[in-house]
Amino acid sequence: MIRNQLLICAGGACITSGEKSVKDVLVEELARNGIQDEVQIIETGCMGACDLGPIVVVYPEGTFYQKVNVQNAGLIVNEHLVKGRTVGGLLYTEPTSERKAQTSGDIPFYTRQVKRVLRNCGVIDPLSIEEYIARDGYFALGKALEMTPDEIIKTVQDSGLRGRGGAGFSTGIKWKATKDATGSPKYVVCNGDEGDPGAFMDRSVLEGDPHSVIEAMVIAGFAIGAATGYMYVRAEYPLAIERFEYAIGKAREYGFLGKNILNSGFDFDIEIRIGAGAFVCGEETALLRSIEGKRGTPSIKPPFPAQAGLWGKPTLINNVETYANIAPILINGADWFRSVGTSKSPGTKVFALVGKVQNTGLVEVPMGTTLRELVFDIGGGIRDGKKFKAAQTGGPSGGVITADYLDMPIDFDTVKEIGTIMGSGGLVILDEDNCMVDVAKFYLGFTVDESCGKCTPCREGTRQMYHIMERICDGKGQHSDIERLSKLANVIKDTSLCGLGQTAPNPVLSTIRFFEDEYRAHIEDKKCPAHVCKHLLTYSINPDKCVGCTACARQCLVHAITGEVKKIHVIDQSKCTKCGSCYEICRFSAIRKE
Amino acid sequence: MSMNLEDRLNENPELKKQFDELDVYIDEKASQQGSLINVMHRAQEIFGYLPDDVLYYVAKRLNVPRSTVYGVVTFYHFFSRVPKGRHTVSVCLGTACYVRGGSTVYDRVMKTLGIKAGETSQDRRFTLDLVRCVGACGLAPVVVIDKDTYGRMTPDKVVTLLNKYA
Repeated sequence: MIRNQLLICAGGACITSGEKSVKDVLVEELARNGIQDEVQIIETGCMGACDLGPIVVVYPEGTFYQKVNVQNAGLIVNEHLVKGRTVGGLLYTEPTSERKAQTSGDIPFYTRQVKRVLRNCGVIDPLSIEEYIARDGYFALGKALEMTPDEIIKTVQDSGLRGRGGAGFSTGIKWKATKDATGSPKYVVCNGDEGDPGAFMDRSVLEGDPHSVIEAMVIAGFAIGAATGYMYVRAEYPLAIERFEYAIGKAREYGFLGKNILNSGFDFDIEIRIGAGAFVCGEETALLRSIEGKRGTPSIKPPFPAQAGLWGKPTLINNVETYANIAPILINGADWFRSVGTSKSPGTKVFALVGKVQNTGLVEVPMGTTLRELVFDIGGGIRDGKKFKAAQTGGPSGGVITADYLDMPIDFDTVKEIGTIMGSGGLVILDEDNCMVDVAKFYLGFTVDESCGKCTPCREGTRQMYHIMERICDGKGQHSDIERLSKLANVIKDTSLCGLGQTAPNPVLSTIRFFEDEYRAHIEDKKCPAHVCKHLLTYSINPDKCVGCTACARQCLVHAITGEVKKIHVIDQSKCTKCGSCYEICRFSAIRKE
Repeated sequence: MSMNLEDRLNENPELKKQFDELDVYIDEKASQQGSLINVMHRAQEIFGYLPDDVLYYVAKRLNVPRSTVYGVVTFYHFFSRVPKGRHTVSVCLGTACYVRGGSTVYDRVMKTLGIKAGETSQDRRFTLDLVRCVGACGLAPVVVIDKDTYGRMTPDKVVTLLNKYA
């Protein structure tokens, strides 16, 4: 008889934090107490609160233990399971009220979320198709096979679901266009090439709930009239590939994939294609070339993939998160889906809340949630008592949302109005220590590396912009640089063929729009207000504070610091490489950074 | 390189074994449309990198021009044309890692190993790579060594970590 279940988060971050060894300790301790048959250990997908990992949840109580490690994992068995005493030291403490949270329901990070896409992540064993079925899995497929393709498409259309990959195009219209297109065979493709650095929701869905994507792809195949699906996953996600492959095998075994699915006479199967490290392959036409085994260069639209996609045939291509929304829509109906979110962007959105925020992780909230709720209520505010500066959305294709817009409801359209995009949901929080010019330069460096080279404005233009940005950060900026950047940016936007080039200048344009004074400080005063750009910094030692402990001199790799024990030290500016290690090591705050 | 591949295979049973392994995979996949990238992934797993011999061989077996194979291999970052070190150190410079100090970690790794991204140390111990997001953003900055991911890195921690890999 199983009396307790231990759910261990086996998401990417928790594995990195040592989930495997924690599990080994739990297994060992259960056996040592002879209760291994009474307690079941289940490794789940990502529970979202990456910063608190490794996480262990004890059921039926739902006790939420965080930051478990090999030293204290045994307490969960010996105290909680054997003696029936909660391990207080492993509970989450709410920082302001200092109250200890018993379950995830007591933690603000969780209580404000609405889990639809992530409904099963962190709840079920992703390797168990039975657990997926127990949570209404493949029920939507059964229902869909009794509907007509037009009825399915109408439901998706009525729900108002918009593509979660970034552009926010109507999913229903896409399905209809692919169904109505002439040409055969047709294909269903899932875009799992989550290239936006800072976003990992697709990874978490594929690792934590792979069947939700398989089910939706089969439904899509039935709706548009396709018999083959391709799952394109980036090679950087080996665990997602492994779990998805396993899930495909199980789905075949249970008759949800293959010939004559659920005795409906409908055939459908899925093949996995692995990317090979090219950001541009997240662009749909480039992704299709990559599935064909070619270089991933984009092509001009129209024709859209719905008309001429894979091997020139009509192809439906949606993102992982979009597919994960399909089954609940078919089960609960379009009105249910519209019951949260905004009128033009219904439903929820998963954000990867990362950067300088207290509680990093994956969060799913209704569309229209404000940035303030995300950063301060769910995210717990900024780390180390620093000040919020901006949130970056949309990765290398997006821009920033500043403190002035903290109360703006976030959906596809509102973010566009202020010059950024929703993108796939990466939400990188920046604080006063981040230099906006440096952040924009970082993104531009990314697109310079990732431009496929097909269009000259993107290939050469982004490089020229990068040179100017570099010059500004090196203290060699010229007065006309801001104007020159803007001009170049607009040419690149207007004349590049695909989304990568058209959006590459956005980070620069957006930061110029909201932080022009920071650009001016770099160019005119040769100062980096956030003290990030190396060439605009000087490190010196405050003689009033230096106690002559010699720590900095020993730390300095280039021997730029001299001074005797208990005497004031001095930095030789001609030798200093501005690495900042003296600043880090000084315990007396005697190093000045200006 | 005066000898042709066939003669070299006859002389080198190790090499022959590797090509045989690749053959098995190609036989399995050749009928699939557009299997070139999957085949190159497998080839890199077997050989560790993708030298000319392998490129020419795959081109012949899949009946595609050598230029196509070369074009694909050089387009994608994942494929390497040069041998890699015993361990691959990938420093993540995705956004989350970058804003939390990933570049100071990267600088220290460069300084410690004396190599830049894409290079391999003289003793073949390490190959250094830069990656753009491994999806462990919650624990930024992140370093991946071979198949293990390490979070919340600092310049000092990463040096200690490197010492554990021989």
